[in-house]
Amino acid sequence: MTIGDWLSELANWAFLVLAIPTFAASVMVVSSRNVVRAVLYLVIALAGSAALFLMLGAEFVGWTVVIVYLGAVIILFLIGIMITRAPLTKSVDLSEPISARIPAALLSIVLFGVVAWAVVQSFGTEIIPLPDEATRTAELGVSIFSLWVIPFEVVSFVLLAALIGGIVLARQDPHPQQDRR
Amino acid sequence: MTITQFILLGAAMFSVGLYGVLTRRNAVLVLASVEVMLAAVNINLVAFDVYLADANATGQVFALFVIALAAAEAGVGIAIILMIFRNRHSADVDELDLMRY
Repeated sequence: MTIGDWLSELANWAFLVLAIPTFAASVMVVSSRNVVRAVLYLVIALAGSAALFLMLGAEFVGWTVVIVYLGAVIILFLIGIMITRAPLTKSVDLSEPISARIPAALLSIVLFGVVAWAVVQSFGTEIIPLPDEATRTAELGVSIFSLWVIPFEVVSFVLLAALIGGIVLARQDPHPQQDRR
Repeated sequence: MTITQFILLGAAMFSVGLYGVLTRRNAVLVLASVEVMLAAVNINLVAFDVYLADANATGQVFALFVIALAAAEAGVGIAIILMIFRNRHSADVDELDLMRY
């Protein structure tokens, strides 16, 4: 399969339209010098991934990303930024200095290179069979509540623990210690 | 569409998230980079689920678990950052050397 064959398929153009903004937004999340904009680029990256899920026919996962991430987690991040009084305008010290960024960039590129090589070697141009119907939510629900019901209950317990932990951590200490730094 | 293009996108986003975790100094932005990595993992899970056409939709179930645990992680993480900020008046991960020997 050549690149021309790949581009002649209309679904691949839809993929590019979704994937390029998703990737560009995730680059901006890690490189933006404005802390609020970095979090707002995270919105674009996650919305792009949700759109890719819809394209793959994983309707329920896509809308769950929209509700949980775009609805709740982003708000949590914005509140965290505003309470920790991070500089809301352009700031140079949001990232490490350039001498520390180069090894990190090299490591990331090497990681991508190794994964990309392994994936291309093992999958090459195998076609992903898109499902005929747009939704598999019924199958997903049956699977969660039959095969995966115990992990599902464990996840609910983890969420409860996180809820209690968040309350305990963020609560005002009733007996403030004197030797606080 | 090929399976490779989705995995390559996931690998690229994961690498970008790794770069962010290593270079960001603000703790909230480190958590945001972790979310980018988790989104990349979700793309891989859903792509492989559709590729294998699993009758149990196992990949999608695991993507949902990842989303739920990422939400819990973000909640506890932000609470810890707020606690550190209250005690140290800073959310800079370079200054968090309290447990250094």
